[in-house]
Amino acid sequence: MVNDLPATQLAAKAEVSALSFYYGDFQALKHISMPVHERKVTALIGPSGCGKSTFLRCFNRMHDLYPGNRYDGRIVLQPDNTDLLSRDVDPIEVRMRIGMVFQKPNPFPKSIFENVAYGLRVRGEGSRRALEEKVEQALEDAALLDEVKDRLHQPAYNLSGGQQQRLCIARALATDPELLLFDEPTSALDPIATAAIEELIHDLKERVTILIVTHNMQQAARVSDFTAYMYLGELIEFGVTDELFIKPQMKQTEDYITGRFG
Amino acid sequence: MLFLAALVSVFTTAGIVYILVKESVLFFRHVPVWSFLTDTQWTPLFDDAHFGIMVLLSGTLTSSMVALSIAIPLGTVIAIYLSEFAPYRLREFAKPLLELLGGVPTIVYGYFALLFVTPLLQRLYPGLPGFNLLAAGLVMGVMIIPYVASISEDAMRAVPMSLREGSYAMGATRMQTALRVVFPGAFSGVAAAYILGISRAVGETMIVAVAAGMQPNLTFNPLEPAATITTYIVQVALGDVPHGSIAYQTIFAAGLTLMLLTLVFNVAGHVLRKRFRETY
Repeated sequence: MVNDLPATQLAAKAEVSALSFYYGDFQALKHISMPVHERKVTALIGPSGCGKSTFLRCFNRMHDLYPGNRYDGRIVLQPDNTDLLSRDVDPIEVRMRIGMVFQKPNPFPKSIFENVAYGLRVRGEGSRRALEEKVEQALEDAALLDEVKDRLHQPAYNLSGGQQQRLCIARALATDPELLLFDEPTSALDPIATAAIEELIHDLKERVTILIVTHNMQQAARVSDFTAYMYLGELIEFGVTDELFIKPQMKQTEDYITGRFG
Repeated sequence: MLFLAALVSVFTTAGIVYILVKESVLFFRHVPVWSFLTDTQWTPLFDDAHFGIMVLLSGTLTSSMVALSIAIPLGTVIAIYLSEFAPYRLREFAKPLLELLGGVPTIVYGYFALLFVTPLLQRLYPGLPGFNLLAAGLVMGVMIIPYVASISEDAMRAVPMSLREGSYAMGATRMQTALRVVFPGAFSGVAAAYILGISRAVGETMIVAVAAGMQPNLTFNPLEPAATITTYIVQVALGDVPHGSIAYQTIFAAGLTLMLLTLVFNVAGHVLRKRFRETY
């Protein structure tokens, strides 16, 4: 199906099959099946309310935090063939492997250092030396180290919005996640901070698989390798980003990306 | 109209402060401030009168310490449980119940301390006098729990869900999220709850009046009977001490001390709140 990316080069990090999701009686996701390719950026686009955030939050079982939610279907994570949605799989185990960055920066009421160290501490890392090393590395990877290295022990709330969001990315990176989920990570940021985050996402895909929800189609086109278009809880089209934007297969996708709808 | 209503409360406060200060000034003309602060006896009604506020202050501080050592830990644990662990229905049921506890008249708590808690403690510790600060303090602590728990719980509930989600997304457990993210995030509100608890303890009258013996005693031992500033004021105000006498004026000096004490705590609380206030 793709010329410049032969299928043999692609390994699926996760395979979604027949995923449905219910908020109580309301079915928010309908029978979604698609792959998430390893070390690629996959974007989820679609109009508000189409279920893209709901879909993303299935990957780290975020819906388990609220009563009355129900999953159906499977999300199988490689290399160990774990069904993330299985009742036998502890959501905490799932979240240990999958990082997440939210729509609004949500640093904890702690210092910059302790924010990044949080995941490591939760995992029981007590050695000061190891913490310092990993925190520094994560801040470096999130392109934040130079801006904060002299004030690591100041409150994270003193940072600007864009810096806070990069801090949240550093926090997620510190524990070496296999898959990183971004839920509209730049919707609360100005264009310059947005550009910095997009560049970061581009660099990060060397080492981690990325799934990003965005309502900004230009952003999807700029940062992603694959794009999924969703509408009313259904997956309408999934494909290589360049192709999906240039010659979408489905009329609905075309209407959305050309701005006739949405 | 609204302005007038607001003025009434301002004038009331100003009036109270005015009376307290005026009568205290008259008192301090006869008793030097230094001996008021350092004398180790409080015997205003004796021929050989002594006015050492430390005696009453020790009773107030001891009973408050006992009360707070109960109310702060228990109140905090209850707040964390209700806010982070309790299922929705239990919380909706338990919170009003808890607040109802705060509405029990303190005289009831006083007799509970005297007639139930003290005999119980005497079984554990036979030498305990019938009036003692320990029973009064313990029951006072129970009385304050609802205040501490309810306000702390409100503060923790006000921590945005996005912070909890951020913590869970890092693989944290409920307990880790509650203790490492929610509690620190709510600390300014929790500190306010503690300060309110302290003020309640310091100002509490009925429980100590009934159960602690109204007997001026310079001690920090909760196993002894003692009077607090508040119980002394009640005792004198209800007694037949002639108006305008020195003995009568002592209650204003004691009242002023109490007011300054609570003022110090409230200011401390304000500073704490400002220092730890988080904006989300």
